[in-house]
Amino acid sequence: MTMNAIGLLHTLAALVLAPLLPAIIARTKARFAGRQGPPLLQGYADLGKLFRKGTVLSRTATWVFLAGPIATCAALATTLAFVPLGGLAAPVSFGADLILVAYLLGVARFVTVLAALDTGSSFEGMGGSREVLVAALAEPALLIGLAALARFTGHFSLGPMIGSVTGPAWLAGAPALALVAAAVFVVMLAENARIPFDDPNTHLELTMIHEVMVLDHSGPALALVHYGAALKLWIFGALLAGIVVPVRTANPWIDGAAALAGIAAIAVVIGVVESTRARVRLRSIPQLLVGAGALSALAMILVLG
Amino acid sequence: MIAPPETMAAALVLVPAVAGAAAFVIRRHSARRGLLIAGALVHALLTADVCLRGGDPGSSGWLVLDATARLFLGITSALFLTAAVYALGYLRREPPDERHDFQEDVLFSNAPEAVLTGCLLLFLATMSLVVLSRNLGLLWVAIEATTLVSAPMIYFHRHHRSLEATWKYLLICSVGIAVALLGNFCLAVAAAKAGQGSSSLGLDPLVRNASHLNVPWLKAAFIFLLVGYGTKMGLAPLHTWLPDAHSEAPSVVSALLSGALLNCAFVGILRAQQVLAAAGEAAFGQGLLLILGLLSIGLAGVFILGQTDFKRTLAYSSVEHIGILALGVGLGGAGAFGSMLHAVNHSLAKGMLFLLAGNILAEYRTKSTAHVRGVPGALPVTGVLWGAGFLAICGLPPFGLFTSELTILKAALDQGRTGVAVAYLALLALVFVGLTTTFLGMLQGRTTTPGAGRSRRESVLEFAPPMALGALVLAMGVYVPPALSATLHEVARTLGGF
Amino acid sequence: MNLTLVFLVLTNLLLLASGRLSTCIRIVAAQGVALGLLALSTGRPGLSIGAIALSLVSILLKGIVFPTLLSRAIREAQVRREARPFVGYTASVTLGVVLLLGAFGLDSRLALPRSDYPPLSVPAAFFTILVGLFLIVSRKQALSQVLGYLVMENGIFAFGLIHAREEGFLVGLGILLDVFVAVFVMGIAIFHINREFDHIDTERLSALKDWER
Repeated sequence: MTMNAIGLLHTLAALVLAPLLPAIIARTKARFAGRQGPPLLQGYADLGKLFRKGTVLSRTATWVFLAGPIATCAALATTLAFVPLGGLAAPVSFGADLILVAYLLGVARFVTVLAALDTGSSFEGMGGSREVLVAALAEPALLIGLAALARFTGHFSLGPMIGSVTGPAWLAGAPALALVAAAVFVVMLAENARIPFDDPNTHLELTMIHEVMVLDHSGPALALVHYGAALKLWIFGALLAGIVVPVRTANPWIDGAAALAGIAAIAVVIGVVESTRARVRLRSIPQLLVGAGALSALAMILVLG
Repeated sequence: MIAPPETMAAALVLVPAVAGAAAFVIRRHSARRGLLIAGALVHALLTADVCLRGGDPGSSGWLVLDATARLFLGITSALFLTAAVYALGYLRREPPDERHDFQEDVLFSNAPEAVLTGCLLLFLATMSLVVLSRNLGLLWVAIEATTLVSAPMIYFHRHHRSLEATWKYLLICSVGIAVALLGNFCLAVAAAKAGQGSSSLGLDPLVRNASHLNVPWLKAAFIFLLVGYGTKMGLAPLHTWLPDAHSEAPSVVSALLSGALLNCAFVGILRAQQVLAAAGEAAFGQGLLLILGLLSIGLAGVFILGQTDFKRTLAYSSVEHIGILALGVGLGGAGAFGSMLHAVNHSLAKGMLFLLAGNILAEYRTKSTAHVRGVPGALPVTGVLWGAGFLAICGLPPFGLFTSELTILKAALDQGRTGVAVAYLALLALVFVGLTTTFLGMLQGRTTTPGAGRSRRESVLEFAPPMALGALVLAMGVYVPPALSATLHEVARTLGGF
Repeated sequence: MNLTLVFLVLTNLLLLASGRLSTCIRIVAAQGVALGLLALSTGRPGLSIGAIALSLVSILLKGIVFPTLLSRAIREAQVRREARPFVGYTASVTLGVVLLLGAFGLDSRLALPRSDYPPLSVPAAFFTILVGLFLIVSRKQALSQVLGYLVMENGIFAFGLIHAREEGFLVGLGILLDVFVAVFVMGIAIFHINREFDHIDTERLSALKDWER
């Protein structure tokens, strides 16, 4: 298990910069619609506003309900410790830490669903069951894709793995890497409840998946929910930027800047996807995810063969 | 000898092809029908000349005139000539406008007559190309072409049943032939490994360098070719299109499909077996053919029992005899000889039966065996010939099929394969039971036609072609000309097992 | 060449997941064009006239002629979607991945006699053939079955391009001609089926049976 000082730096940066990502997405969507859109620092303003408000609790809710957002944030922040930023190594890394990352994400999701069930309302329960369906199909796609990447680079630890995705590596295995990137992008959209899987702006019963689980939170708890969502976006964005942006000079500043630019670009792409596509029917979500799984499997086959 | 072999072989393909193309544009019915007969006659004359010449290995171009080619060319040409004569009468009888369908209360019409005549001639051209091909790639192209020109003929009577049969035929046979194409490519790979530089699919280079061919790829190629051409030939379990297509097509077309086209697909398999035998792997191919042969006879027997449509019965009987052909080649040696003889006999007998079925259908207006009784009462000559055909197709002496089936049985026993022989006999008995119930029911009893009681005069064109074919089968049962026997022997030798 | 083969595999998976017939036609056309380009890159060093001719003809036929014919058939028959195939789309894609693994297994059984082909070539070709067969068997619309046949021919064509180059481009052209006429005839058949039945659902073509209805 190795620890890293520069890694600590970029993790702290992640914790600070995460709320920017939803704002970038919202700004892109607004621009597409011909509007100005909210300012980029709107995310921080929202968080601050929510922290100053009071909380309304349902009479049937227990401590689990409040523990949900807290535990989610904690799990996601812990995950951040293992995620590298492009060429910059993660603060903590050991042998098979990508499995730990996957499970930490799973813990975060599990706790959210628990909190949703704790409200005692069937509305949130429905959201929980839908969320778990999406997760059950998305996780194999993500894991197989990362396993293919691990096989390709020869490292099982996330840090060295992403670190060895250099320019020459892309030239050598472009099809496999492209497929892994595509699969991770689709999984990113699914896990973060973005179009085409879920519309973050909708509040109609028929169409909500993630929104409905967090419907009952208010005040600081809601702030933590939003912050957790931003962290999750950052985690996936960092992974994807690490695969797609193969800038690996020895200079940490250049690497870091390139990776940050990559994450911002990915946020813009998500915004574009949200503006140009429509949400698919609930019945078609498994098809999309199985398709992403097929892409990962194909990447794995290409790497093995 | 009219001309050098290259020209003869080319003429055998080009004459019907040109005639077929011309038939599409000729407007007068009489001129078109005359062209059909003329094309058939010229082709038969050329074939007779080529066959009587004997022993000429042919040119070194794309076409060959070896023993296999001559044998199957002769069968095809003879059958086509008789079918063309019958078609003359058939086309005259067909009403030009809409009429009521026999089985259901719908109105339907026929396709334009030019389509049938043109496609018949093109069919002859493509079948000739199949048997004369020196190159396995060309053979493949020709077999695909036969599928495409025979599809419009099956859809001659434009109603939904024949359309369904045509669609199944097109799709299943095209898929099968695509698999055969894969087999051709595998064969090319096997040849490339031989290190001779060229991986051509010419038959002579393949046979010459057979011992250098890469064996696994050769075996894979044979399997694909067997599956592919076997679909076209009607080997079970790939025969599902056959009963539909052969029963819904006009009887003339059915006769040619059963008697000539199945043989052409068989030629494809024979060429593959030839290469396999030259490479010393004959036993591999023979084993597969044996199994598929017995399976075909068995499945046909099961479906013939209790069959209510006499044209479908004839179609399943074709499947059975195809199985016997495959079984004979699967045994090798004397069995292969018997199989080649059987090819001749079966084509003649089945052609005769289908033409007669056409007569019966026209008279009784039904394909159901339950409603056809006392055929000799309504159609005397047809009735007698139908009885003779029944005896022939069941393999009873003195008709030729008895000789060929007995030869195959003897080969099985001589090789010590008593299990195969017992299965063969048992399945043949099963088929016999099925056929007897169908045919005898139709021959006996009080005549039940729409105009019951009176027997109308049958025109010469209706009974002469089947009679000629029947006479040939009878003659083959009594005496096999030495020239023919020598040719059969030569073909059997190339297939291995001697 | 590797890129084209990966593209081939991806288009097959996409085909298994699509239900809209016009999308399927476009995907098969893209496959055909990619294979036409493949014909250019597998010739011996220095392009021969035969290779260029084969490539041009196949791009023309598969990229332009076939999609036009088939689109016209859809317009006549007024079908847009495949109606509830025998195997659902999600299951089809999963089965597709299994078939891909099967193709790799098949390849490992048959030893390639020459080693200058990319290791993906035989599995990709076999996979395409298997996907074509699967489409024929599992889809009900007659047009989908024709598309399955085209995909199967694409796979065989790919196999032939990579492994039987010396056979001569004449046979390749002959094959293309045959496929063209086959599709043409099938298109006519579909037109007739639609006119006769008012649908092109082959599951309902079941009037011809052996035992009493």
